[in-house]
Parts: sequence; C-alpha cells; structure tokens
Amino acid sequence: MENHFEMGLDGLRQKLLTMASHAETAVNQAVQALMQRDHGLAVKVRADDNVIDAFEVEIDELAIQLLTKAPLASNLRLVTVAMKVSQNLERIGDEATKIAKRARDLAQEPPVKINLDLPRMAGLALAMVKDALDSFVQRDSAAARAIIPRDKDVDALNKEMHQLLAQHMMENPDTIARCLHWIVATKSLERIADHAKNIAEEVVYLCEAQDIRHTLKN
Amino acid sequence: MTAPNHSWRKFKNVLMQVVAGVCAIIVVTPLLLIYYHLARFGFSSLNLAFFTHLPKPVGELGGGMANALVGTFILLIHAVIIGVPVGVLGGVYLSEYGGTRFNWWIRFTADIINGVPSITWGIVVWGLLVVPMHGFSALAGGVVLGLMMIPLVMRTTEEVLQLVPGGYREAALALGISKWKTIVQIVIRTALKGIVTGVLLALARIAGETAPLLFTAFGNLGWAHSLTEPIDTIPLLIFNYAISPYDDWHRQAWAGALVLLLLVLFINVGVRFLTRDRFQLKG
Amino acid sequence: MAITSKNPPALTARNLSVFFGANQVLKKISLDIAAKAVTAIIGPSGCGKSTFLRALNRMHELNPEARMEGEIRLCGEDIYAHNVEPVIVRRRVGMVFQKSNPFPTMSISENVTVGLRLNGMRDKKILAERIEQSLRMSALWDEVKDRLHAPAISLSGGQQQRLCIARALAVQPEVLLMDEPASALDPLATSKIEDLILQLKKEYTIVIVTHNMQQAARIADFTAFLYLGELIEFDATAKIFTNPAQKRTEDYLTGRFG
Repeated sequence: MENHFEMGLDGLRQKLLTMASHAETAVNQAVQALMQRDHGLAVKVRADDNVIDAFEVEIDELAIQLLTKAPLASNLRLVTVAMKVSQNLERIGDEATKIAKRARDLAQEPPVKINLDLPRMAGLALAMVKDALDSFVQRDSAAARAIIPRDKDVDALNKEMHQLLAQHMMENPDTIARCLHWIVATKSLERIADHAKNIAEEVVYLCEAQDIRHTLKN
Repeated sequence: MTAPNHSWRKFKNVLMQVVAGVCAIIVVTPLLLIYYHLARFGFSSLNLAFFTHLPKPVGELGGGMANALVGTFILLIHAVIIGVPVGVLGGVYLSEYGGTRFNWWIRFTADIINGVPSITWGIVVWGLLVVPMHGFSALAGGVVLGLMMIPLVMRTTEEVLQLVPGGYREAALALGISKWKTIVQIVIRTALKGIVTGVLLALARIAGETAPLLFTAFGNLGWAHSLTEPIDTIPLLIFNYAISPYDDWHRQAWAGALVLLLLVLFINVGVRFLTRDRFQLKG
Repeated sequence: MAITSKNPPALTARNLSVFFGANQVLKKISLDIAAKAVTAIIGPSGCGKSTFLRALNRMHELNPEARMEGEIRLCGEDIYAHNVEPVIVRRRVGMVFQKSNPFPTMSISENVTVGLRLNGMRDKKILAERIEQSLRMSALWDEVKDRLHAPAISLSGGQQQRLCIARALAVQPEVLLMDEPASALDPLATSKIEDLILQLKKEYTIVIVTHNMQQAARIADFTAFLYLGELIEFDATAKIFTNPAQKRTEDYLTGRFG
C-alpha cells in the first residue's frame, strides 16, 4: 500500500533537486554572460530568477504541510533541512542575477584589460554547489564535510582578485567604474560558495543530526 | 429504483410479521386463560375469613387457609436461610476464585441438579430427615426447599457477577484494596440488584413447589406448633383440596390457586421494580 | 542504560522477563524510571508495553498463568520480595486505566476516597481534605465541587477519567502508572489530561504507555521503545524523536513498520 507521507517526502526531494539544477544553470549562464559580454544571456538569467523564487515558495509550502503530519527522526530533519536548503538555493539564484546585472552593464562598455581568472573561481564555486547537492542525494555525510574547507580557497581567490582589481583601479582611474562591477561580480561568486558551504552543513545535520554551523574551524 | 422481486419480498416481510405476531399471542394465551379461570372461580371466595381462618372439617362450610399462608411464609424463610448464603457464596467462588477444571465440574453438577425433578428432592430429604425423625416436619420442608434453591441461586449469582466488568476489579486491586474487600465492596455491591433478582426469582419458583413437600412437610389442617410438626403450604392445600370429592374444598382450591398466582405475580413485579433504570446516563 | 537526572531513579527494572504460560512476552528488560519525571513506553501493538507497566505494580499476579523473572525495585526495595505484600506495593504505585472505570454504585466523593476507606481510614476530616486535594490535583474540583454526591457515572468521559486519576492520587502513591489514559477521549479531553500530567510530574513519578508517538513527544521527558518484548532504545525524548540511535527505532518512528 502506498505510504502517502513517503510520497510527500519524495516530492520534496524532487523539487529541491529541480530547483538546484535551475540555480546551477543560472550561475553558469551568468558567468558565461560576464566572460563573453553576452547582453542577451544576462537578461535571460535575470528573467529566469522568477522560476527559482517560485520554487522556494512551493518547497516551503510543501514542507509546512508535511510538518502538520508530525514527522519524526530523519523525516523531521529532512523537512527542516529542505526548507533551509531551498533558502540557500534561492540566494544562489539571487547572486547569479547580480552577476548577470553586472555582465549586462559591463557588456555596454569597452572591456577592461585585466587578467582575471574568473572562470576558475566560478568553477570552484559551482563544483561546491554540485557536490553539496550530490551529497544531499547520496546522504553522504563525509562528502558533505569535505566541501566545507573548500570555501577558504574561494575566499582566497576572491581576495586575490580584489587586490588585482584595486591595483588596476589605482593605476587606471578611468576603469574604476568597470572595475567596481567586477568586484561586485567576484563578491557574488564568493557568496555563492558560502551558500554551497551552508548546504553542505545542512546535509551533515540531516545525516548525523549534528549541527556543525558556526564551529570554530569554519 | 425497485428490484424485480420487490413486491414479493414485501409480501414475505408482512407475512412473517403476521405469523410471528400470531405465535406471540398463542404463547400468551394460556397464561391469560389461567388468570381468567382462576379469577372466575376463585375470586368470589376471597374474603377476610379466607385469609384468617383455619380449614373447617369436611361438611362444614367456610373456613380458610390461614395456616397454609403462614406455612408457605415460614418455609420460604427457611429456604432463604439455607439457600441464599450457600448459593451466593458458591456463586462468588465460581465467579471470582478457583481453577478452571474444578469450576467446570461444579457448574456441570449444578446444572444437572437444576434439571432433576423436584419430587426426587422430596424423596431424598424424606430419607435423610423424615425417617430418622419418625415424622413429617416443617423443618424437612424448609430443608428441601432450601436445597433446591442452592443451585439456582449459585448459577444466577455467578452469571450476574461475571457481568460486572473486569475493569472494576482491576481498578480496585490497583488501589491496594485486598481481594476479598474488592469482591464484597465493589463486585457484589455492583451486582447486588442482580443477585437479589436471582434470589427472588428462585423464591418465586419454589413457592409453588408441591411434590417435594408431599414427603416432607406433608400438610396440616391446623396450626403447626413447632418445626418438628407437619405444616401446610398453599400448593399442598390446593393439591389436597383439588383431589378431594368435596365441592366446598374445590372452591377453596380455586381461591388458593389464585392467591398463589398473585403471590408469584407480586414477586415478579417486585423484581421489575427493583431493576428499573434510575439514572439517565450522560453520553 | 543509565539516565542522568537530578534524583535517583524511582523504579529500576533489571533483566525483567514475563511469561504467560510458555510464551515469553518480555525479554530481559533493564531500565531506570527517573523520579518526578514522565517516562513514556512506546512501540507497536503487542510489543509488551502494557505487560511491562503491569509488572511495576504486581498486577500480573491476578493471572494464574503469569510468571516473572528478574527484579524490580521501588526506591531501592525489591517489590517482589517474599515478605512484601502486593497490596502494599499497589498503594505506593497507583494505576489509571485506558477505559475510565469509576465505581457505578458510588458518588463522586465516595469514589475518590474508596481506596482510603476500604483500607481502614475512618477520620472524616482527613477524608474530606483528601477529596478536595485529590480533585484539585486532577483539575476536576471546580467542575464538581457543587455536586460531590452525584453519581460518578453522571460525569462525561473526560471527567470520569480525571476522577479515576483523583481516586488513584487520593491514596498518595509515589508513582502513577497510566495505561493509554487518553486513548478513549476526544482531542479536547486528551489535551486536558496531558496538561494535567505535566502538572502532576512536579510531585509524582509517572510512567505512561501510549501508542500515540506525538503524545509521547509532547509530554514525556524520557521514552522507551519496546519491540517484540525487547527494549530497543531508551533515552531522553527529544533525542529519540529527532535522532534515534537504533535503526529499528528510526524505522518505527518514520512509519516503516508498526
């Protein structure tokens, strides 16, 4: 006989994964728009953010409904984790939108002659998001824990890029406006990595019932 | 939306209802006929003299059955003294104590005894009491009626006690009340009406016993002055008068039968009254 | 399994096994019931919850086929020792049943004091005090104080159950055992009983058997999960219901069986 509650939980998982793929696509496309100065793509990313927002609302509603059925133990943790993860995914979508906005602005102006390895930083951040969602699907706590220290690498890259940009701005004051856009874009990528780390922490809570947020080593 | 056999089924329903109703009337009819005849032939003889005078010798008119009334009363009291304590306590044992195998045998025996013809009881007590005492006596009559009451009261007491929900016993024991106090103060108290009903119904039954008294109490046209003398009861008097050749005695037999029936009726009405529902229970 | 709480345990069971004839219903259960706290016993039907509860006040002795092994101690004293009378144990460990059973031939006040009167207490003053005290403790006083002589069966289902609780409390036990006390009641009456239990635990040790996991989550400090006569897990309620240690507990709580 079907277990309707189990079906509800499955639905919740599915929605989260779909939302995640939309968020990953948004980041990918935003970075692409930035690097390739693609105005059209940037506009598309901004428009698609509505879909991601709608998912957050849907997932929260479904989660509340499931809570009225008083789930226990791992089911209870799944529902509360789903709400947290959806919030983080929605923020990732917002950051992608911010990158897209900067891409749109930068595309309308001549490019800045600076060697920023943005794709590498984007690659690291995106890998963190993908691995976090994989660990959620696989319920792999060890894999989730492995993601957390990688945030430092992204932070370091971000700092590096800001230093480069600051240097460039001091030497070429006419590029300040454009460099500021780049600073915001890299900041957004750093925020995306943070959100991926949050998702990994939620996965650890789901699997181990341990709350490792805000512990010193992070 | 009627099915094909609808009118046939409807007819069957009504037919069965009529048949059942007619059968019910047939069942009640003998009782109504009895009452009618007793009232017709006996009512005119019921007067104060009938209840207060002794029987007159043959040939003289009038007289009554005062001694038979008193005799019935005395024997019933004896029967209660012998039958009720033993019967009730026996029923308590069957319901509240004991291993299953032993209890089964007791119940089986009691049921058999309940089915034994009452005249057999009379012969048994005749052998046990009348012969050693060299005479019929009120005592023997009381004993035989009491012995007949025991299995009746025992079984009804047991059944009534079994109807008391186990939850009450558990609750009492869980309060630290001892088993015997639980039985007396909780179980018996709850079932009291039922136990009294059982006793009264047994009384109604033995009030009309005649055959066993033929060999024990025997009957007496006058007063019995002690328990070791024969004594008269209403059914005995009816028996003796009815088989006599005297019309006047026949008339009195009818009246006696009417009195007996009224007595049984009175006991049954009393039982109904006692077992009426006094409280409106909340849902 | 040791449980840390502020007081020594009120009841301890060690290797408790109960047999009905040849059938072993409880298998070597060991656990500590914390004093002045609520301990819930949960598990699927037939797992032995009620059997365990009834072992705590020697109620199995009413069943000739029941046999017990192991030990149960009340504040350190073995309740099954040879010189201990079951009647005395039951005055210290009271019980409330699933179906409320106020004695039908008695009034409300007579029901409350029946445990005292039938055990010999005659002092009218003390009895009157206990009536009010017990009815206040079971949150029934205000509803019945004007009709203490009304028959007990004239009360509603929820009131009758609270009367049974008052009756059990009047004897001043140390421990109160409750066998699914609210399962026959509507949600409002259930909620009143649960609030009452949360009040009572300040003074009494309470052990409650329930098939309603949410009820255990609402009112119990500690929860024991029984399955097929074995104690699978025993821990603080919050821990068991958010992160049980045993897989069977997890499976039961997430509805995979039972």
